[in-house]
Amino acid sequence: MHTPILEVEGLRKYFEVRRGLFGRRGYIRAVDGVSLTLSKGEAISIVGESGCGKTTLGKTILRLYEPTNGRIVFNGKDITHLSWKELKWYRRETGLVQQDPFGALPSFMTVKKILEEPLIIHGVKDRRERDERVYKALEQVKLTPVEDFIGKYPHMLSGGQQQRLVIARSIILEPKLIVADEPVSMLDASVRIEILKLLQNLQKDYELGIMYITHDLSTTRYFSEKILIMYAGHIVENAETKKILANPMHPYTKALLNVIPDPDPSNRFVIKKVPAGEPPNLLNPPTGCRFHPRCENMIKGVCDIKEPPMIEVDVNHHVKCWLYGHA
Amino acid sequence: MDRGLLIVKNLIMYYRTLKGEVRAVDDVSFSLLRGETVAIIGESGCGKSSLAKSIIRLLPRNTSTYKGSILFNNLNLVELDEESFTKEIRWVKITYVPQAALNSLNPVIKIGDQMIEPLILHQKIAKHEALEKAAKTLRIVGISENFIHHYPFELSGGMKQRIIIAMSLLTNPELMILDEPTSSLDVLTQANIMNLLKSIKRDLKLSMIFITHDVSLSSELADKIAVMYAGQIVEFNDANAFYHNPKHPYSQKLMESVPTLRTDKKLDFIPGAPPSLLNLPKGCRFAERCPYKFEKCVKDPPLVYIDENFYVKCWLYVGG
Repeated sequence: MHTPILEVEGLRKYFEVRRGLFGRRGYIRAVDGVSLTLSKGEAISIVGESGCGKTTLGKTILRLYEPTNGRIVFNGKDITHLSWKELKWYRRETGLVQQDPFGALPSFMTVKKILEEPLIIHGVKDRRERDERVYKALEQVKLTPVEDFIGKYPHMLSGGQQQRLVIARSIILEPKLIVADEPVSMLDASVRIEILKLLQNLQKDYELGIMYITHDLSTTRYFSEKILIMYAGHIVENAETKKILANPMHPYTKALLNVIPDPDPSNRFVIKKVPAGEPPNLLNPPTGCRFHPRCENMIKGVCDIKEPPMIEVDVNHHVKCWLYGHA
Repeated sequence: MDRGLLIVKNLIMYYRTLKGEVRAVDDVSFSLLRGETVAIIGESGCGKSSLAKSIIRLLPRNTSTYKGSILFNNLNLVELDEESFTKEIRWVKITYVPQAALNSLNPVIKIGDQMIEPLILHQKIAKHEALEKAAKTLRIVGISENFIHHYPFELSGGMKQRIIIAMSLLTNPELMILDEPTSSLDVLTQANIMNLLKSIKRDLKLSMIFITHDVSLSSELADKIAVMYAGQIVEFNDANAFYHNPKHPYSQKLMESVPTLRTDKKLDFIPGAPPSLLNLPKGCRFAERCPYKFEKCVKDPPLVYIDENFYVKCWLYVGG
């Protein structure tokens, strides 16, 4: 067993909302009791549809949001409620790659300035050392020859190059963990694979832990060893990638897998089975299992009343569903 | 016997910008039979949306060249006068669902009132009759007809997209052009919309031009495939042949970059980037990135016909 670098236990993040000036207070339960571990140099995927809380989960783990409840342990240290000042070392150990590279880059700064800034903030005073590290980072993400890129502004780069720059910025402080939130969903098919391969190489070469957040199951197969399926703030299934793809257990995972097309001309003659309805509003999620209103296998009197526990159905294969355990 | 609904031949659409002429659609030919769907696939900026706009003649204001022929039911759309085009073709016989159309619904106008606008404008139908028709079309796309009295802000993304599809069906078109109809939708919602399009295609015997960058998704609708690269169609092929055995080196590489869920395969990507449409290379436009490049590629490759209808634009297939 590898040493876990990140341990998350029962993590919750609620956002307070108020309807009108004197309206009743409510909470959007974006992340509601999530537990996971990530080993050193491991890649895991969080898969879910928009609004399931996967981005909030990533940002809460990076402590860009204050957790409502639960525990985040990084490298043996509890960082759940550290103040922003105390978190400075944690910022150095972690990085974020977001979906829209252009939006994530300051348009008025050159490539060099963008990469230098984190070094300055984290106290690398020697100019020559900074230059060296900027060069190295650009080489790592294959923005070479470095001289061609170093003086450019973000708008002068293509989408794929911009995303490489964002990745370079996220690894320049040599972090142990990167949260990559839909890093390729805005890029073209062939560029996607290029960027995913780059992340994969960084993971292997530098023992970088990567949390890959995506809605696209088909890329996870090539990228991560583990998959966590998220639905309405909960992790509903958690297993090795191979196991989930070969033998999905949760009805939601099954539905997701079933609708993703592979390029095959016979697809056009098949009408696919899709669960009815839409994901619930997290302000007022359904009682019991949150998927029960859309689930074909719903057991009346059980699924709609009691929240299912995480059940271990196989070695390291967990499912949050009453079908695999007794009420 | 002529079942050809749409025959596009040597279509060219260039537009002028401050930086020079953009050759967005550059000598494109393909044909479509009644009831068939062609998927136009390609990476962003390859000209696929410009091709759609050229067919429905929503040309940019700075268009500098627009020529070739588009035979639609044997009527040449390129030469048709604007008045008859508006009256008989655009949003009547050919409807167009642009990208992210679901966001263009006006949130404060009732769905019914928005839907019937083209009927009242183009076909001068009385309002109550048009509303009746709107309600009927809503049922086809799986939405309760009561929704004509609702506002768009009350609906989810998937339902808005259904409304948009219903709008494009209102005039009983013969050809629907769909530009990335599911690009902003979730996985399950996307599957629902694809199911809907499949049943529309099956039941109403419509022809569709389905534009997407997602190769896997294109197989959900396509009978024919047109692969676009740098303003040109480099391969036009039958879907049954294409997905198993793409011909053009670009199609092959593109296929290799598509992750699959059910089978193991080695993924690869295409090094480099497509050329700018402002400054196109001479000869084959893919040559610079092509693993099979040889002497002939400095000259523009001809269309090599695989059979009567299908072709590939590549020197590798020139016999001799």
